[in-house]
Order: sequence, then C-alpha cells, then structure tokens
Amino acid sequence: MSVNYGSKRIVVGAHYGLRDWLAQRVTAALMALFTLLVLAQVLLTKGDIGYDKWSGIFSSQWMKAITFTVILSLAYHAWVGMRDIWMDYIQPVAVRLVLQIFTLVWLIACMGWAIQVLWRL
Amino acid sequence: MTEIAKKRPVFRNINALKDLPTYRLPVAGWVSILHRVSGAVMFLLLPLIIWFFDVSVTSEISFSRFSSVFQVGVGFIPAWFVKLVVLGLIWSYLHHLCAGIRHLYMDTHHAVDKSFGHQSAVVTLAVSLGLTVILGAKLFGLY
Repeated sequence: MSVNYGSKRIVVGAHYGLRDWLAQRVTAALMALFTLLVLAQVLLTKGDIGYDKWSGIFSSQWMKAITFTVILSLAYHAWVGMRDIWMDYIQPVAVRLVLQIFTLVWLIACMGWAIQVLWRL
Repeated sequence: MTEIAKKRPVFRNINALKDLPTYRLPVAGWVSILHRVSGAVMFLLLPLIIWFFDVSVTSEISFSRFSSVFQVGVGFIPAWFVKLVVLGLIWSYLHHLCAGIRHLYMDTHHAVDKSFGHQSAVVTLAVSLGLTVILGAKLFGLY
C-alpha cells in the first residue's frame, strides 16, 4: 500500500479534480437558472424599471436566500476557473501561490460586499 | 536503466510568439479561449459589477446616481467609456454563458463528434454576438 498521510500526503495530481470539476458544473447551472429568474422578473414588470421595481425584486426573503446561494456559487465557480488559469500558465510555485492568495482574497472581499448590500435591503 | 540519465529536451513553449500569429485556430478553439478570457475579464471587473449592484439597489438617491453614471459619467470617466466597459461585460457574460451551456451539453452527452463541435461553436458565437449587438444597441440608446 502506498503511503499517503503526514508529510507524504499528496495534495496535487490525480484524484483532486472530481469535486471541483463537478462543483464548477453545478454552480454554473445554478447561476444560469438564477439569470433566467431575474430576467423573468425584470421582463414581466409592466413599464419602466425604476428603483422600486428593481430593489423590490431583491427585497423578499426567498429572493435574498437564492441570491445569497448564487453569490457563494459564483465564488466557488470563479475560484476553480482562476485556479485553472494560474495552473496552466504560471509554473513557478511561489508566483502561483501569491496569485492564488490574491484570487481568494479578491473573491472573498467581493462576496462579503455583495452579501452586505443584499442584507441592507 | 543507463548510468547517466539521458539529457531530454525541455520545451518551454517559447514558440508561442511565433505560433500564435500564424496558427489558424478552428472556430471551436476560438470559442474555448474566449470562454477563458471572458471568465477572467468578469473576475477582474467583479468589484465594478458589485458596485453597480450596490449603487442600484441601496436607495432612490443612489439609484439615480447609478443612472447618471451612464449619462454623464463618474469622476473623470466619461459616460461613453462606462458604456463601453459595460458592453464588454455584457459580451463576456453572454459568451461565457453560451460557451458554458455548450460545455454542459458536451458533458452530459457522451456521444459528441467533431462536426458537433464545429456547429455548436458557430451557434455559440452567433447567439452570444447577436445578443451582445441587441443589448449593446439598447445600452447605447439606439432603440
């Protein structure tokens, strides 16, 4: 049996793809459905979209819950995508680590801001 | 195993500058690389997107500020530049969405052949660019 614990634990290479691959697809489908949901609500409002109609869409509890889920989905989806980009083009490990940290901080900060906006309503 | 390990050639892909302008990428290849580019563009402009959401949804006053950004600009940035950036975002989202749906279709139908790859790539470009033109015309006030 191969040793795969402690300092010999493998954290790159094979068997580390399936979860993220599937998560990217699932989050993509969720976000596509959310787009349709918001689009439907926007297109089915009579007349011009003013502040009341627009913010009204996001003021109900169920819409806030769904939007919150989509925000988290976007973060995971974008993380997998950007991690793939860094992985494909940046070979030096130190540079790639810095870029991955930047990506995570960027995404988490954006998500925090978006959630804050959503719950101010 | 030989005593001395044979010196194998190292390929660092530095022919990219020679290959990229000369290699003819098939349509499916364009859709693919633009899928990646559009994703990266949206990632970089994410704070702007969230700022738009913030300003548009917070209050009546901030909503009118949101509208004015598209009419008179913000700070030293003119309105037409804002609209141009938003057009880029619209294209990025539409292309990423259409190419993504194409990906999901290919993931769920295991019998996908080369001609499907070509046809679906053409459809992806047609739909995404077409919708971009339609929404862009609305954005720039053409109708």
